[in-house]
Amino acid sequence: MMRVDRTEAWLLGAGLALALGALVLPSWLTFLLTIAFAKGLVVQGVVIQMRAGLVSFGQGLYYCIGGYTVGVGGQMVGVHDAFALLLLSMAAAAAVAMVLGLLLTRYREIFFAMLTLAFSMILYGILSKSQSLGSTDGFNVRAVTALGWAPGAGGKMFVYVLTCGCAAVAAVLLHRLSKSSVGHVCEAIRENEVRVEYLGVSPRWMLYATYVLAAATSALGGGLIGMATGHVDPEMAYWTTSGEFIFIALLGGISHVAAPFLAATLFSTVRTYAIQFVPHSWQMILGFVLLGIIIFLPKGLWSLFRRTKAEARA
Amino acid sequence: MTTFIAILVDGSIYASWLFLVSAGLTVIYGVMRILNMAHGSFYAIGAYAGASLVGWWFSGAGGNPYVSYLLLLGAALVAGLVVGFFIEFSLLRRMYGRDEILMVIVTYALLLILEDAIKLVWGVDPYFAYQPYGLLGRVSFSGLTFANYDLGLIGVSLVVGFGLWLILNRTHKGKLLRAVIHDREVAVAMGVNVKAMFAVTFAVGTTLGALAGALTAPAISVSPGIGVEVIVLAFAVVVVGGMGSIGGAAAGAVLVGLTRAAAVHLAPELELFVIYGVMSLVLSVRPQGLFGQTLVRKI
Amino acid sequence: MNRLKSLFVPRRPVVAALALMAVALAAGSAQAAENGKFRVGIVTFLSGAAAGPFGVPSAHAAETVIDALNKGLLPAPYNTKGINGLEIEAVIIDENGGATKQVEEFRNLVERQKVDAVIGYISSGDCLAVSPVAEELKIPTVFYDCGTSRLFEENKAPKYSFRTGLDAVVDNVGAVRYLADTRPKMASIAGIQQNYAWGQDSWTDFVETTKKLRPEVKVVGEQFPKIFQGQYGAEISALSVAKPDVIHSSFWGGDMEALVLQGNARGLFDGRTLLLTCGESAMEHYKDQAPNGMVIGGRGPFGAFAPKNALSEWLRAAYSAKWNEQPVYPSFKIVQAILGLKAAVEKAAAAPGKQPDADKITAAFTSLTFESPSGTVKMARSTGHQAMQGIAYGEYYFEGGKATLKNVRSYKDTCVTPPEGVNGQDWIKSGMPGAKCD
Repeated sequence: MMRVDRTEAWLLGAGLALALGALVLPSWLTFLLTIAFAKGLVVQGVVIQMRAGLVSFGQGLYYCIGGYTVGVGGQMVGVHDAFALLLLSMAAAAAVAMVLGLLLTRYREIFFAMLTLAFSMILYGILSKSQSLGSTDGFNVRAVTALGWAPGAGGKMFVYVLTCGCAAVAAVLLHRLSKSSVGHVCEAIRENEVRVEYLGVSPRWMLYATYVLAAATSALGGGLIGMATGHVDPEMAYWTTSGEFIFIALLGGISHVAAPFLAATLFSTVRTYAIQFVPHSWQMILGFVLLGIIIFLPKGLWSLFRRTKAEARA
Repeated sequence: MTTFIAILVDGSIYASWLFLVSAGLTVIYGVMRILNMAHGSFYAIGAYAGASLVGWWFSGAGGNPYVSYLLLLGAALVAGLVVGFFIEFSLLRRMYGRDEILMVIVTYALLLILEDAIKLVWGVDPYFAYQPYGLLGRVSFSGLTFANYDLGLIGVSLVVGFGLWLILNRTHKGKLLRAVIHDREVAVAMGVNVKAMFAVTFAVGTTLGALAGALTAPAISVSPGIGVEVIVLAFAVVVVGGMGSIGGAAAGAVLVGLTRAAAVHLAPELELFVIYGVMSLVLSVRPQGLFGQTLVRKI
Repeated sequence: MNRLKSLFVPRRPVVAALALMAVALAAGSAQAAENGKFRVGIVTFLSGAAAGPFGVPSAHAAETVIDALNKGLLPAPYNTKGINGLEIEAVIIDENGGATKQVEEFRNLVERQKVDAVIGYISSGDCLAVSPVAEELKIPTVFYDCGTSRLFEENKAPKYSFRTGLDAVVDNVGAVRYLADTRPKMASIAGIQQNYAWGQDSWTDFVETTKKLRPEVKVVGEQFPKIFQGQYGAEISALSVAKPDVIHSSFWGGDMEALVLQGNARGLFDGRTLLLTCGESAMEHYKDQAPNGMVIGGRGPFGAFAPKNALSEWLRAAYSAKWNEQPVYPSFKIVQAILGLKAAVEKAAAAPGKQPDADKITAAFTSLTFESPSGTVKMARSTGHQAMQGIAYGEYYFEGGKATLKNVRSYKDTCVTPPEGVNGQDWIKSGMPGAKCD
């Protein structure tokens, strides 16, 4: 079980290479990558559920919980250690997911999507009403420390390396999961839930576990984004934010664990250059890119790589 | 007592607006199984088309001010049909049979494109078409004053709702449509031209969205972003009522409309949560919505 | 096994793709460099609901004034070309999309586009998020519109962050003073605010100030509809039932215009005063659909409230010649920020044509006094980083097909601004000690 397969070795290697890239890459690029990989983690949450056939329109809920936990932990509780804060984020998200999951796993398809959206919007409403948390303006996140060490001026670099590390480790673990029997059962649920039930597995509890895992993964991404941008606000739970995550998930496709990271990087890159070159119509560019991918690469960007493989075999 | 009457009237006006906004959404979903995220953009297109036509009518071109109501309807009809058929023909036609969720994303992309397209056509300055709003005067009872235009909206949405019901239940084409809704494959096998049905349905849906926009235009400032705001509202109404059901949309609109009006009068702090609260409550009791049909699980 | 294998990553295409992406990114970073121009990042709403009322009038004004500065067309003291003789090059960015995106784009502006300074931000959330990044990247950043009091409370020792616009506390203290002076019989107030930080804070400031200046006035109703709601039927009924003498609203943009339209059609404002703190921004839009005597503000001495001077007359003429409409308060505010930056850079510069470094610019900007279309601006608050100006309110009248202001009253800076180091809300609650109004 502990044997590292080729994909895992590749993922860890890429994570390490990118983290080392901090030494040579311009700092705007490392920041872009920090945000992209952290978003990639949030999108992993969406993708885990997609593999099991559920599409969440409210993943912003856990993204927001992750960000706010880091913010509140640093600003009001006095926890400054990055690792402790991230663990707290995941725990908080998992706790909320355990409660909501009881209700949500009774739903499928569009109803699941709409209900997740509703819960996310309720959090948005609550945060918008909380003046002690800065209402819709949100509040700033304190600089973090790592096991007693304060990165100081290199804080953003530290968050970047941390993000690369979290992304690589999460990717390896999720890869193992998708290759395990649990991962195959999830795919089976997506294909045909009733047959899975006949085989003696409870789809509902599988989906429940998937939902909680997805929540924790997304919260990890949210926490990292909170540290990177230094600010959190309720917009993180707004439905358009969740829409962006689905956008990225489809961009990458659900076939490979690295796809969300690649897609998030492409998304950030396209968006930042669209904003720069066509400041008045950048949304339209994004729209056309998305349509193009759906029409020409229905299984996401990753199918580009897989197609060459399939052709080689044929 | 005043408050009670106010809740009733405000709630009814808001409910009729909600119904107008969500009718097109539910028609398209019912027939085509497409949850149209771009519905709000059609609403915005209708509002802009109506506002610019009415603005032109009153800025010197016009004669009889009452013609402006016809202009609003005409603008919605033309804008909705043109945009609807164009999008169906150029984009959606290639997509039929794809996954329901993927279609949501297709329409999300459409939303992004249309929002900027609207901005390119009409700019960011607000458009006003307030003349039709004040033209009908106002009426006072029990210490409250209402604009007759708003009360007229209740009538319009009743007509639209009843009209849709008649078409679906009392005409030959409507019956064919219901056959398509019920089982698409069998309908095709029976010789129903589903492609044409889809095209017409989509155009009707977009026209309903545009109509809602055009009729709202006189009471608002037509400016960027108005479309995005109505999407979630319309979704909530449709989900509460049961996706794809006209009666459901009406029931959802009345429920959400009255609850919101009650919240505004009795507990304004809760207004922000009303819609999502109603939605979560209804769905936790009836997962398929008030009038929705339970789906048969695939084996 | 076969199935598992097919999921393996074929290595080469991925590496190629990553390499391609890296090349694309590097190409982007190579294009910006020192080019002998003064590059200014301008960030304002180009899409979304804030674009029409604020963002685009700001962008238009920025374009007009930067064009004219480059040609040396402004009246004195800004009749020198560009900024310190260097041509100004503006990089304009859309503020829409939330604080996370704005932080990312701010870093891109500074590090990829190599701007020398940034002017922008309407949303308070964006200001709060961007300010620490400005300090981290050591780039002079001028916030021109956002009003949150928290900006210089969270960033207590600002060095690179400046705000040439006013704290929102000023809006509501000024509003209450205006009502107290012109509506002595006012007995009750009600409010309708958008349900987000701006609306909540505005209402709190307004109510607390009223309690101090006119303790006998009763609050009879408050409504907090969702922002961009657009339909205010039930709210208007509820306000009618409450029968207040004055209705206060911090609405802006389409929401504000819709409220005026719907309330007017339903007689909500008959025999009542409506007060709109951001009302000036839509002055050309109301026409006869707003009640005569409606009290409006422009968030300072901006737009229609700007004093008559060479700069304001130039701006009005140049702006209306180019865009066919009068400049509103956001246009004035962004021009103020641009001129403030120009004044600071030129004060810091050793010789014409030379570009001073960021530290010199910020040192010169701190506690600077400069001329603007709104009069003389003193950077006199928050350790010299926050502008201090008075505010004016007036009544809107539509007569003979033209919108005009009547009964304009100005309140000077010391009358509406808390003393240095005092939090605005605390100042109001303690009865506004030290306010000098004569």
